[in-house]
Amino acid sequence: MSRLSAAFAKGHPALVCFVTAGDPTPAATPAILDALVEGGADVIELGMPFTDPMADGPAIQRANLRSLAAGTKTADILQMATDFRARHPDVPLVLMGYANPMITRGPEWFAAAAAKAGVDGVICVDIPPEEDGELGPNLRAHGISPIRLATPPTDAARLPAVLEGSSGFLYYVSVAGITGKQSAALASIEEAVTRIKQTAQIPVAVGFGVRTPEQAGPIARVADGVVVGSALIDIIAEHGENAAGPVRELVTALANAVHNARKVEA
Amino acid sequence: MNAPIPNSFRNQPDAQGHFGQFGGRYVAETLMPLILDLEAEYRKAKADPAFQAEFDDLLEHYVGRPSPLYFAPRLTEELGGAQVWFKRDELNHTGAHKINNCIGQILLAIRMGKTRIIAETGAGQHGVATATVCARFGLPCVIFMGATDVARQAPNVFRMKLLGAEVVPVTAGAATLKDAMNEALRDWVANVHNTFYIIGTAAGPHPYPELVRDFQSVIGKEARAQMLSRVGRLPDLLVAAIGGGSNSIGLFHPFLDDPSVKMLGVEAAGHGLDQLHAASLAGGRPGVLHGNKTYLLQDEDGQILEGHSISAGLDYPGIGPEHAWLKENGRVEYTSVTDTEALDGFQLLCRTEGIIPALEPAHAIAAVKKIAPTMDKDAIILANLCGRGDKDIFSVAEHLGVEL
Repeated sequence: MSRLSAAFAKGHPALVCFVTAGDPTPAATPAILDALVEGGADVIELGMPFTDPMADGPAIQRANLRSLAAGTKTADILQMATDFRARHPDVPLVLMGYANPMITRGPEWFAAAAAKAGVDGVICVDIPPEEDGELGPNLRAHGISPIRLATPPTDAARLPAVLEGSSGFLYYVSVAGITGKQSAALASIEEAVTRIKQTAQIPVAVGFGVRTPEQAGPIARVADGVVVGSALIDIIAEHGENAAGPVRELVTALANAVHNARKVEA
Repeated sequence: MNAPIPNSFRNQPDAQGHFGQFGGRYVAETLMPLILDLEAEYRKAKADPAFQAEFDDLLEHYVGRPSPLYFAPRLTEELGGAQVWFKRDELNHTGAHKINNCIGQILLAIRMGKTRIIAETGAGQHGVATATVCARFGLPCVIFMGATDVARQAPNVFRMKLLGAEVVPVTAGAATLKDAMNEALRDWVANVHNTFYIIGTAAGPHPYPELVRDFQSVIGKEARAQMLSRVGRLPDLLVAAIGGGSNSIGLFHPFLDDPSVKMLGVEAAGHGLDQLHAASLAGGRPGVLHGNKTYLLQDEDGQILEGHSISAGLDYPGIGPEHAWLKENGRVEYTSVTDTEALDGFQLLCRTEGIIPALEPAHAIAAVKKIAPTMDKDAIILANLCGRGDKDIFSVAEHLGVEL
């Protein structure tokens, strides 16, 4: 069983945590990643900073710019992944980012480098299935899961195309919008996840706008996983190099809410 | 020139919106259903005579088309070579070619039942043109503009506000055009249900490069007919400035299958190609940004670099995908001119023809100044005068050391 599949087969919903690589500095990231694991995150999403993060709200935009200002390079991110894999052999690591940094040396180069670094999945925000003729096949050839996004406008007719060739999990973006802004109503999330799971053979994790244990718990009752990003980014923005402790604290609370969500109900 | 020569240069893009390897639909999933709808609606509009009739009527009676084709006698004499002609798109309502596209897109927005318009702008010309058509059709309008540009283009900001638009200053990044486009995309993704994004140049996700080109092709279609009726033959060389590339593709496209007509696109070389510039074809390489694959100014990790040009309208680190394709197949030649050369071109046209050009076409004029003397006196150059220079007199004065 792949690390990603195992993370969704623990008998409880999975907590997926996103941070931007190199925010606030490349040197600070390993301790933050460790804090995510120690707090109980089941899947780590490591954001690859980009100058033009078009799908992100102000919090993650600033994280991208802080990271780039600190001099983060693609080589640094791959090194962070390699080191993470050595420290945490069983925790799945997903790279998330925009197309240009991923394909700039060729999709085959990126897929090979990510595989060598022990990366389990890749989420590319701006390569929809229609343009995935190169990156997806190269990732699959290297045993990496291409993870796609589904959104409120992704209807039943389009969903199979989104799922085609993807694996690991499906990331359901619960609001039509950018990261960190508003939250979707629980009822609409439940309706969407139920609809998607009629077609999807892979776990469905829900993200965008999930900030607190109080929000994450109820979502975990209806989804296979919950993604939290901007709330962690806000802590890193506030605490900088000393963010690992406060990050661990929030992740512990989130993991408690997510992992026990269905027990609470039962 | 490795790509095979196609039978026609005028039948791009393909069904997936690709111009060779360029173009496409590199957008977040939230936008995909919408741009697929937009494409379907555009196909219907293109086939609908009523849509075309309304577009033509507005271009004639509201924009003031056809724009004149003008022979520039004193400039020709001064350069001492080929005859220089201009397509006078600076005489359009709002003072530039941008309005042609805005008329087309707002008619599409209305067809699609959208009730709110957004747009990005750099120098403010596209913002003014968008605010203009929104006022004309009574739709609310939000213009995203880099905070740096808001500060240096105050007259256009005021114009947009007079026309009823809300101008949102964007502080992210370098706070210029690329950041304004990011912010417009963020707004769009959050308001897909009611909002239409009027993109100002022949770039972005398919079908934008195609539909902007089609709406701007009125420039080349008119020029071709006017040239045939005035001198009985086609020009030998077309010249146009390129930022994103909408005025140039609008002039070039109707001539692409006329093998005798050569074409020259002029990028902004800023301080020089070895320094800060905005020449994506000369100094960039293929990548993905703002929904399309095209030539981009970027570093070795694929991070996007800031463009620089004296002309805020050319100050963009990318270029429309059809130009990337036309460069690779060799049909169009591309060159670049520096800020200093553009300033010379600007003054040359003022002095010889009594026309104050915008700094964008001043780049085309600078290229004409170099190439006309090398051509025969019976040769014909047709350059696109895509905007007038009223908006630029303050920055020109500053560069010339004149205090106003």
